Amino acid sequence: MTDSSDDKKMSGRRRFLLAATSVAGVVAGAGVATPFLRSMMPSERAKAAGAPVEVDISKLEPGMLLTAEWRGKVVWVLTRTSEMLDNLKKLNDQLADPDSQREQQPSYAQNPTRSIKPEILVVLGVCTHLGCSPVYRKDIAPADLGSDWLGGFFCPCHGSKFDLAGRVYKSVPAPSNLVVPPYTYLSDNRLLVGSDSKESA
Amino acid sequence: MSEQQNSIMQWIDKRFPMTATWKAHLSEYYAPKNFNFWYYFGSLALLVLVNQLLTGIFLTMNYKPDAGMAFASVEYIMRDVDFGWLIRYMHSTGASMFFVVVYLHMFRGMMYGSYRKPRELLWLIGMAIFFVLMSMAFTGYILPWGQMSYWGAQVIVSMFGAIPVIGDTLSNWILGDFMLSDAALNRFFAYHVVTLPVLIVVLVFVHIIALHETGSNNPDGIEIKANKDPRTGIPVDGIPFHPYYTVKDIFGVVGFLIVFCGIIFFAPEMGGYFLEDNNFIPANPLHTPDHIAPVWYFTPYYSMLRAVTVNFLGVDAKLWGVILMAASVVVFCFLPWLDRSPVKSIRYKGPYFKFALTLFVISFFVLGWLGTKSPTPLYTLLAQIFTVIYFAFFLLMPWYSKIDKTKPEPKNVTK
Amino acid sequence: MRMIKFLLLAVLLVPYIAYSSSEEVKLDKAPIDKADKESLKRGAKSFVEYCLTCHGANFMRYNRHQDIGMSDDDIRTNLIRTGQKTGGLMEAAMRKKEAEEWFGVVPPDLSVIARARGADWLYTYLRTFYQDTSTYSGWNNLIFDKVAMPHVLHNLQGWQVLESGTKNLVQAKPGLMTKEEYDSFVADLVNYMVYLGEPHAHYRKELGAIVLFFLFGMLGLTYLLKKEYWTDIH
Repeated sequence: MTDSSDDKKMSGRRRFLLAATSVAGVVAGAGVATPFLRSMMPSERAKAAGAPVEVDISKLEPGMLLTAEWRGKVVWVLTRTSEMLDNLKKLNDQLADPDSQREQQPSYAQNPTRSIKPEILVVLGVCTHLGCSPVYRKDIAPADLGSDWLGGFFCPCHGSKFDLAGRVYKSVPAPSNLVVPPYTYLSDNRLLVGSDSKESA
Repeated sequence: MSEQQNSIMQWIDKRFPMTATWKAHLSEYYAPKNFNFWYYFGSLALLVLVNQLLTGIFLTMNYKPDAGMAFASVEYIMRDVDFGWLIRYMHSTGASMFFVVVYLHMFRGMMYGSYRKPRELLWLIGMAIFFVLMSMAFTGYILPWGQMSYWGAQVIVSMFGAIPVIGDTLSNWILGDFMLSDAALNRFFAYHVVTLPVLIVVLVFVHIIALHETGSNNPDGIEIKANKDPRTGIPVDGIPFHPYYTVKDIFGVVGFLIVFCGIIFFAPEMGGYFLEDNNFIPANPLHTPDHIAPVWYFTPYYSMLRAVTVNFLGVDAKLWGVILMAASVVVFCFLPWLDRSPVKSIRYKGPYFKFALTLFVISFFVLGWLGTKSPTPLYTLLAQIFTVIYFAFFLLMPWYSKIDKTKPEPKNVTK
Repeated sequence: MRMIKFLLLAVLLVPYIAYSSSEEVKLDKAPIDKADKESLKRGAKSFVEYCLTCHGANFMRYNRHQDIGMSDDDIRTNLIRTGQKTGGLMEAAMRKKEAEEWFGVVPPDLSVIARARGADWLYTYLRTFYQDTSTYSGWNNLIFDKVAMPHVLHNLQGWQVLESGTKNLVQAKPGLMTKEEYDSFVADLVNYMVYLGEPHAHYRKELGAIVLFFLFGMLGLTYLLKKEYWTDIH
């Protein structure tokens, strides 16, 4: 956009001042943009509403699934029987990520059972494909899921399959294991979902 | 410019007059070289407009135009939304600063005769912007739904009720209810965030187009286009807007931002003039605050509304007040035809005009100050006196501007 | 031109001169220090104890008190009385409907009361209750005539009565606090309510200092740039 007469007038001092002002202008622009962009993050109200939730698991029986809600998502709490836990090992070669290598869980749940206590699974009931909520299917070898089904979660939307540790099967639309949210035990029968520290209760 | 840039520009220019627009309005728009301090306020008004649009959009994301939720949603913005307080103060301070800047911009026009031929239409478009701005301020002030929002709106809408025959129907139509309520809040919100912003942006665009058609006036009030270099056809006293006035305006913008940010960060209420104390109390239709005053930028007109206390020519005082108030704003539109002086700028005008303009400014300030006060007999008398002075400035202008002793205008602009 | 500028300046000053001389009600200056976090903490505790029973501060969240140096634990042990989470709002313990039956009006929300009334007003108001048998609650106030609120703090301040024919209050019965203790107690409370009205006020000024510092630098830079370009113009 400059013409030749402008170029002639471009002394070193002018060039320097122009560059310095431009840099200051960019800094100012970033400074102005920051509050606007930050204002679009979840507000204090949203944070308060999305605070960790307590789940009472005293009435949970083996094989039973309990549903809770945290930040608008379904949280499943499942007590697995020892038979169910044994079955987990048999499935490794059918699964996409049997050792939970991908970061779909906090580090304390990166183990074969994907949980803090082996029998109790805490997982978000949200399919990692497109966000439907899968169905709990504990029946062994049902007609529709085939003879090698050892119990797990089946997503009715697009047919993704997960085992009882929320691990995804190979060759289904969902790319990764179900997400384990941060959680901790406040006591033997009380879970805190949404935070790993007891402080935020 | 590199070959590649050149070919991109050529590709665009065949489809959109990019280079031509740049030249016509910036690099080859020749502005008088003697602009002074008063010539910052046009670009500053544009800056404040952009500020209002931007912050307004972000406020809309969290504001609720509902009589039951509006007040709380504003406090929600102030506390729960990250940096919401900053965005809200930018908007509320911007509203007042818009008027500061526009009043100074208009005063500049009055000093240097910028409304005179050939810029009459430019002045009228500017007045249209001013009317829209006032409507924006009014509709915007209602939105927090505090006591001043409510009772201020009540007073303004009641003025329409003063119109004979159709008054009551008209005010019901404006409110969409038999009282000021949620219906009005909702529609004023629609005007404030959709109708009026679109209108003001279009008008500002037209204002600039008209300005660039006639060319800018200057503190000497002479036409630089009358004195062109015979070789180049460029006005002798003109310099390209870009880069000379762009760098100058950027300096002005930073200076303005220091004042603007000083208010936002250190005195957002501006002693109750920018954000009124009573507006921190939620609207209560059953309880009028002890003292209602409009926001400062409306107070001069408000004073004139209250100044009329007698019925006259069979028309009651209330209606006269409304007429006078409307006239006090509309009368600016007639300036191009009221001024009969042979010169434009105050620099060459005589003592009569200088005296009249000074009195006018004083009356504007005094009326503005009176508008913030509760009326007492003394204040009402003062308001009446200064209302007369205010109008005399305009109505006597054809006379005093004609007989005034003027100095000869120079051929070239002076410093 | 010079004359006009002078007159403009003179006129701009008129409102300030006139304003300072036209104050109708004499308010006592609230001796508060907004930066004194200990005073704010004491005020917060008193606020929760004495005000929050009937009044809410429904725009304020408990965890916001981090501003004045309170940890989540402090907040839980010292402020929260209703079993709420720290992210919860400071709601009144009493229901609106009950309150209306008791006082005839719903006690107003106090979140932004300091912005509406001003610190001096609150400081004066909380110290000028007196006994008045003609009112419904048995209390009246020097600067808020026929106020619906009874004197909640009378245990602390004691009872005052109006000296007949004057606007002076005299102590009729001592309270748990001396006058000085009570004044300082109210000052803390008012200090807190000022904070409550605009919790970000302190941060606002800190940020403002940075912004202004930057802008002044930029002013110098743009001034030099403008001067440099304008050397072309003769």
